[in-house]
Order: sequence, then C-alpha cells, then structure tokens
Amino acid sequence: MSDVPANALAPISARRRHTDQVMRAVLLIVTLLALVPLVLVILRLLTSGLKAISWDFFTTDPSGNFLGNPGGIKSAILGTIEMIAVAALITIPIGIGVALYLVEYGKQGRFAATVRYFVDVLTGVPSIVFGLFVYVALVVGNVGGSGFAAWKGALAIALLMLPIVTRSAEVVLLLVPDGLREAALALGAPRWKVVTRVVLPTAAPGLVTGSLLAIARGAGETAPLLFTAAIVQGTSFNLNARMNSLPAQIFADVGQAQDRLVARAWGAALTLVTMILILNIVARLVARRSRST
Amino acid sequence: MEAGALTTRDDLAAAGLAGSSRGRLADPAFKWFLTILAVLILAIIVFFFVFLINKASPAISKFGLFGFTFGAEWNVSKSVYGAWPLLVGTLITSAVALVIGVPIALGAALYITELCPARLRAPLTMLLELLAAVPSVVYGLWGVFFLIPKLRPAEQWFADTFSFLPFVGGSVAGPNYFIAGLILAIMILPIVSAISREVISTVPAELKEGALALGATRWEMIRLAVLPYSRAGIAGAIMLGLGRAVGETIAVTLVIGNAPQIGKQIFDQGYTLAAVIANEFGEAANNKLHSAALIAAGLVLFVLTLLINAIARYIVVRGNRMRDIPPPEEELTMPTTGPLIGGPVMQ
Repeated sequence: MSDVPANALAPISARRRHTDQVMRAVLLIVTLLALVPLVLVILRLLTSGLKAISWDFFTTDPSGNFLGNPGGIKSAILGTIEMIAVAALITIPIGIGVALYLVEYGKQGRFAATVRYFVDVLTGVPSIVFGLFVYVALVVGNVGGSGFAAWKGALAIALLMLPIVTRSAEVVLLLVPDGLREAALALGAPRWKVVTRVVLPTAAPGLVTGSLLAIARGAGETAPLLFTAAIVQGTSFNLNARMNSLPAQIFADVGQAQDRLVARAWGAALTLVTMILILNIVARLVARRSRST
Repeated sequence: MEAGALTTRDDLAAAGLAGSSRGRLADPAFKWFLTILAVLILAIIVFFFVFLINKASPAISKFGLFGFTFGAEWNVSKSVYGAWPLLVGTLITSAVALVIGVPIALGAALYITELCPARLRAPLTMLLELLAAVPSVVYGLWGVFFLIPKLRPAEQWFADTFSFLPFVGGSVAGPNYFIAGLILAIMILPIVSAISREVISTVPAELKEGALALGATRWEMIRLAVLPYSRAGIAGAIMLGLGRAVGETIAVTLVIGNAPQIGKQIFDQGYTLAAVIANEFGEAANNKLHSAALIAAGLVLFVLTLLINAIARYIVVRGNRMRDIPPPEEELTMPTTGPLIGGPVMQ
C-alpha cells in the first residue's frame, strides 16, 4: 500500500467536519425531542391514572351524582369491548374479502384500481365525518326504533376500520408466494379451495396482526361514538340502546372540569391506553411468530 | 374437453381436474361473492358523498357554496353560517403542526435509518410508534391539564418579547391555536416519521456508498444522496400528515377554545371545522338549518382531506417518475396509511 500517496483522499476540511458533527448532534437531539411528549404523557397517565384506579373503579358504573363519589367506569369498559367486537365482526370479513378480490381476481385491472383508489379515499376521511354520516343517516331518523344506539356506533367504527383492514390484508395476501397457488391448482384444486385452504391459512398470522391493529385504532376513537352511541351511565348489553364507551366517558368528564371527574378521566385514560397497548403487543407477537416459522 | 384448451390456470381449474360439479358451481359463486364485496365499497363511498351533499343542501342553497365556505360569521343565534373562521382555524392549527412536527419527524427518521447504532434502531422505532397508540382523547386530556397550564407563562413571555412579529403579541388565551397545533404535531409525528423512514430506507446502498467513497461526510451523504432521492416520498409523507392534522377532532376540540372567530394572533382562541361539528351537533338536532350547516362543514372538511390526499399521491407518483436514478427493484409504493407489516405498525 506504500504506493498510495497519503493525500489520495481529499482531506476533510475542519469546516466540513464541524458541520458534520453539528448536524449529527442536531439529528440526535431532534430524535430525543420526539420522545419527550411520549415520556411526559406516560408519566402523567401513570401518576394521575393510578391514583384513580381501584377495584371499585372497574366494578361500578358512573353514578352521575352531582356531588360525592362519581363512580367507576365499568359500563365504559364493557361498552367499548362490545362495540369494538361488533365493529370487528362487521368489518374484518368484508375487509379481508375485498382484499382477496383485489389480490386473487382483480389484480391490475381497471375495476380493481378503482376499488383500491376508493379504499385510499376512505383512509383519508376524518373519523368525525364517518360519525356525522352515521348520525345523519341512522340516528336522526330513529332507524331501528331508537336514536342513539350501540350498533350505530359500532357501524361508524367499522367504516373507519374498513380501509385499514383492507389495506393491510392486501399487503399480506400479496406476500403469499404464487408457487403455492400454482401447486394447488396443478393438483386440481378449484380456485375457491385454493383461496380458502392455501392462501388464507398461509396469510393468517399477517391477517390477524392487521386486524388487531385496526381494532386497536378503532378502540381509541371518540368522535364517531359521540354522535352515534352517545353516553350513558349504566352498563348495557342492548345493542339497540345508548351505550357508554371509554373515549366518550373521558371526553364527557374532561368537559365537566370537576376534580373528581377529571380524576376518573385519568383513570379511564390509563385503562384505555393499557388496552390498546395490549392489542398492539399481541399483534406484534403474532407478526413475529409468523416471521419465524 | 381437448387438452389444447387448457391454456390458463383458470381453464385448468374450470375444467375441474378436481372434477365435481359442486366445485364448478362454487368457483364462479366465490368469485362473484368477492366481487360484490368490492362493489360494496364503491357503493358505500358514492352513497356517503351523495347523502351528505343532499343533507347539507339547505345550508348551501341558503348561503351559496361560496358564501358558506368563505362567509366570515358563524353565529348560531343569528342563524348565520359562514365556515371561513373554522376553515382558517383548521389551516392555522395544521400549519403549526407541520412547522413543528415535520422537522422533528424527519430528523428522527434520518437519525434512526442513517446514524443510530443498529442495536438502538428497533427500540427507537417502537418508541416513536407508541406515540400513535395514544388515542386522541387522551392527548386532549393531557393538553388541557398539562400543556395549557405549563406552557402559558412561556407563551406569554414569547408574545411579549417577540411582539414585533406578525400574529404574535397581546394576551395569551389558555386554549389557543398554538396549543392545538402543538398537540397535532405530536399526533402526526409517528406517521410522518414512519413513512419517511420507509422511504429513506429504499435509497440504494450504492448511492450512499458512492457518496462516502467520494469523501463525503455522513451529513453530506444525507444531504447529497439520501434527501434528493427520497424527496418525493417525504413530501408525500408530509401531505399525509397534513391530512391527519386537518381531520383530527377530539384533541383539538378540547384545547382550541371553541370560539367561532378568526384570532388576531397565534395565541388566540379559535375553532376548527371538525371541532364545531363535535361540539354543536347535539344542539343542532332540532334546527334544520344548523344541522345542515354542520353537515356542510363536514363536507368542506371531507373535500379538503380529499384534495390533500390527491396532492400527496400526485407528488409521489410524479416524484418516482422524475427520478433520474433507476428505481430499486421493487417499485417504491407509498404506504398511504395503515399498518404494513414491518412498517408503521401502530397506525
């Protein structure tokens, strides 16, 4: 290597080295800055939320008393679970079905492109517009015999989740190797059997992950529920009546600006964030398991 | 059937090498079922749009499309509905969100993909995505009881010291445009950063290695190789973040003050399109004009987000085409949103 002169590489001037160091530091600082709100939110959630939480907090309904004990959040937790479950039951089969159409039949055709475009349009629609739509279409006219109703809330959430499920399912289905499909077809399996017995099982973990993430997203939405399921104190299992939910309960409590209600809002917020985090972690575990097999 | 007819997969399958007549019927039935589901999506959106326009028509026919959108007064008691103060509020808060959020999101994306030690990459990514797991209403709660009281002295100091700047000065309201924009910045951070990260990671290694081999420093490599190559994708990410900010409702409703006016300065109370809908739909139930006005506000919001998303898409498509460097093997596709496995998982 002795024949390579020492100055073969242009020396980096002090100014350039200095700029480099400064910019690296700036990028590091900016990254840390991005984490500041996360730390602040979580700290505040824990300090204020844990104070409110007790066994009674989870097992009693909001009392609605003007003074004194405001009660817990039982009806809100159950309501969130009920409505999200109904929304998932509506939207996951439709979403995966549409994705199957796009991947297995529509492919690059013009109709499929249109559907894809419209799914993207749905993704961009603000959640409050879904709420407004369901409100105007179903709540105002007392469709089904009641104004505000849990099933209408579930429908608004389902609309919101639909593009998320479809998009993620399409990505996952595209990852199923064509070789598998061709092998099954070559063995003489009809198309529908190829899809149900080969493509879907292969893509299952990815589909589960996408669906769980869509559920996690839907569970935190407030705006569509205020318009559709409204808010109520008692626990209800009647889908055709008003139903409480965690986000709506938090929103109502913040609006009251009384210390005892705000304390309940923090407790409910901690509960909601914990539920969403659990869904996210499960989704990640499913995704990881599918990658390792 | 002659063997020669079996030219495609579908022919093979249709010829029923599996054979049963049930299979022959089931196949088209299955296909039609899935096709109907796809048509359903189109139908939902068309119905959605037509229905909202129909329900908004009392307000639009009374004030005119132009008069409604750019009318300067939103006054329920006088039955005058002009969406301009709301539209301005939406645009101001979104602009604040972009000004604060985008540099941070982009910086974090660059740091994570290009500079940070490989071991820290996954944890940092996960932490940033956690920001997206916090629901809107929780950010609102935090904004009301943490940000507003804690930042007020700093805002007042800023307003007094920099009162020579346009739109700064005067007394600071508790809830205001700036606080709403700041919360929106936090909320769009994870999506802008996740998409930017994905775009940046598609920059071919040869480009980066080439820059380094020519003696560029790390920062020069980022500035000369990484950023120009991913410019279009990053612009798309920013537009998608903007789309989010424009439509965000609950957190903004809690911290913007809900005053249907155009504030004189950045620390004034205001209102946004989404917030007015969330707040007033209850009282509007028995007032046909009021509820029509709210629906029309929803339509304006809807059209605004459609425009933003269309621009985002256009930028990305054009940017990909204009690249003088051949694209990587897989055509770069914009993850318009939604969870892509290994992508912005928590969206």
